[in-house]
Amino acid sequence: MKTLPSVNVAIVGGGWSGLLLAKELGSRTALSVVVLERGISRKSEDYADAMDELDYSVRMRMMQDLSQETVTLRHSQNQRALPLRQHGSFLPGSGTGGAGEHWNGTVPRFQPDVFELRSRTIEKYGASRLPEDHAVQDWGITYDELEPYYTRADLLLGSCGKAGNLRGQRIDGGNIFEGPRSAEYPNPPTKTPYFSALFRDAAKSLGYHPYPNPAATLSRAYTNPDGVTRAACSYCGFCERFGCMIGAKAQPTNTLLPVIQKHKNVSIRTGAWVRRIVHDASQDRGKARGVTYIDSTGQEVFQPADLVLLCSWTLNNTKLLLLSGIGHPYDPATGKGTLGSNLTHQLLASGATAFFDKPLNRFMGSGSAGIVVGNFDGDVFDHSRLPFLRGGNLIAMSFGHRPIANFGVVPSSVESWWGSEWKKAALSYYDRTGRIGFAGEHLAYKGNCLDLDPTYQDRVRDPLLRLTLDWRENERALAKFAAEKATEIARAMGATQAIPSGPLGHYDATRYQSSHVQGGAIMGASPERSVVNPYLQHWQIENLFVVGASSFPQNASANPTLTVLALTFRTADAIVDRYLKAPGPLA
Amino acid sequence: MRRRHFLTLSAASLGGVLVFSLDRHPALLSAQNKRLRIPLRFFDESEALIIAAAAARIFPSDDSGPGAREAGVAIYIDRQLAGPYGRDLFRYTQGPFEDAPPELGYQGKATPREIYRDALKNLKGFDRLPPERQDQILQQIQSSLFFSLLRQNTIEGMFCDPIHGGNVDMVGWQLIGFPGPRISNYDDIDKHFGEAFRPKPVSLSQMTGTKIRPSEDQE
Repeated sequence: MKTLPSVNVAIVGGGWSGLLLAKELGSRTALSVVVLERGISRKSEDYADAMDELDYSVRMRMMQDLSQETVTLRHSQNQRALPLRQHGSFLPGSGTGGAGEHWNGTVPRFQPDVFELRSRTIEKYGASRLPEDHAVQDWGITYDELEPYYTRADLLLGSCGKAGNLRGQRIDGGNIFEGPRSAEYPNPPTKTPYFSALFRDAAKSLGYHPYPNPAATLSRAYTNPDGVTRAACSYCGFCERFGCMIGAKAQPTNTLLPVIQKHKNVSIRTGAWVRRIVHDASQDRGKARGVTYIDSTGQEVFQPADLVLLCSWTLNNTKLLLLSGIGHPYDPATGKGTLGSNLTHQLLASGATAFFDKPLNRFMGSGSAGIVVGNFDGDVFDHSRLPFLRGGNLIAMSFGHRPIANFGVVPSSVESWWGSEWKKAALSYYDRTGRIGFAGEHLAYKGNCLDLDPTYQDRVRDPLLRLTLDWRENERALAKFAAEKATEIARAMGATQAIPSGPLGHYDATRYQSSHVQGGAIMGASPERSVVNPYLQHWQIENLFVVGASSFPQNASANPTLTVLALTFRTADAIVDRYLKAPGPLA
Repeated sequence: MRRRHFLTLSAASLGGVLVFSLDRHPALLSAQNKRLRIPLRFFDESEALIIAAAAARIFPSDDSGPGAREAGVAIYIDRQLAGPYGRDLFRYTQGPFEDAPPELGYQGKATPREIYRDALKNLKGFDRLPPERQDQILQQIQSSLFFSLLRQNTIEGMFCDPIHGGNVDMVGWQLIGFPGPRISNYDDIDKHFGEAFRPKPVSLSQMTGTKIRPSEDQE
């Protein structure tokens, strides 16, 4: 194995969190920083001719190459896990920018009580209301502590929206159920396309409080505090699974890379497949010494580093810690150990499918243009007499309907799914169909967790990560409740037919839900119950930080990226302002 | 190297005035053009005729508009099967292969190429049967993996960008009013409420003014 000259900081993963830390450390320190990204090199200009639904959306050109590595899945401990051989319920990114390149750009904040979920739930409903096998925890930080970092993340991206709670004052038209913001959004909301406008008006007529979806697809040209300027969104409809043609959707390549490239102390090495975090032998204390990786020529190299920042997406963060023998693997049978616990996946269900008698022009849109109803989010409605805890958001997005993905949806009266009758119905409903989505919370359970698979291997013969994951009664009851509410709104929108989504069965890896997988290396106030402290610093290895949604003790209903960015800013401050001055445990 | 195969189409066998892709250039096949030879990358001619006939039953050309024949779906599928998709280059294909509950997705070893070849063995002469008989045969296999692939690939071939060999002359996009990769909808996104807004379709290479190399060619 070749040993490279030592660097101050090795960052594993070149997505949102890794490149944000690279930008912060590059701008604010003279440290030598190397980002190790296993995918290809990408830049914003690559996307000028990317509006090809087949190659990007259907063949998933921007996603992780599963022939190299995937994960295995089973629904419960007594089953044998099998590999997810093709992409399905979530889409890990690859290459510079990671999944931050192909996302839709929805940037809500989490409800304040999400960060203290265990305490607040017990306080209000008593401990007996939590499901018997729950693993719900507090995060070790509060919304108020995170708020300044949320604001910085909003400024970085140029978030577009309307505040519904400005320093405690409720403002109609925004999300009146949100936590207090210290400032208005940097940019006004995106335009509201027809389908979303119908939803907004119907929701209002039913007494709900619809608001524009918080968006990182710019409503107007914007220059952020780093001096990076991006164009206004053109609503072309090629957002999710694509890189933005004009750089209007915030992506690491158009938001962070232009700043990083100005700093000579930061370099990005692509094609670098990190295998291990090298550390002192003891499991309980000691230091990381660097990382080993397979480089783009196939050679294994050791990159010594003073500080290791693990930013390689939720699932890979846990995989690398397990492979490296860092921390205490979680055992669901005994409840002992922490690493690999609290796996959650945002509950994204299609609340209702609505058919209309008029065209909707749904080819126009953007990844984050839409309207949200937050009346059934979190604990903003009383759960005393409901068969479930927590909630979620009903959403009418106008992503831009592309034909391969959307052609063929017909009302249930049409029985065929090919041939003349189906074709006629599918043609007539192609632009007269809309879905009201539901993004709900997923509680943490003792049985939903991560470990290494005993059978299947990746391209370098390391074991695959194994997911044990299934829905419970809480999610099933919540999805049913949401489908009823979505159907009610769809009818008020004037739908000629509104079909509630069917019952939630087992976790289905074949249906795309969201790429919002969380947990495995969770944060918390004590080393007995978490892997990293509230600064995302590893409890046992003080010069190792594990950053990303792997740190979320459980899922919130809202999409995670803004919270990932806020926590990453907080970690950057903790490293620059405290750790570098006095290395040691920060909590 | 494999012997070159061509799909030879006659105007008579296709019934009327049709548009097909010939080496990326859309060509008008009228009753005067008796024969058209399209180079094949994966199928042999008899296989391509069977797939063209089956795709035409899934997405028929009828009084609601053109279908799989006009869009060149068989050509599209031929190119896809010859490329990385057909060979499963980006799928996890390490064993052991085991049966799984449906929520874990396709667990088989067979690639799309193998699934097509295998199914084609039992469809000999399919293209020469009357449509009613063809429909009966497809109904018998409609729960097979092959049929679900064929149906999905037919929809792809109807509505993909024309660089992939399907959706010739953007016939599929015209059918549903999809304008393709339109550079900006900024001025229209919050207008036309309740009425159809149908800009003329443009293809990706028309929009960018450059030659685009599709993934199936990158080998």
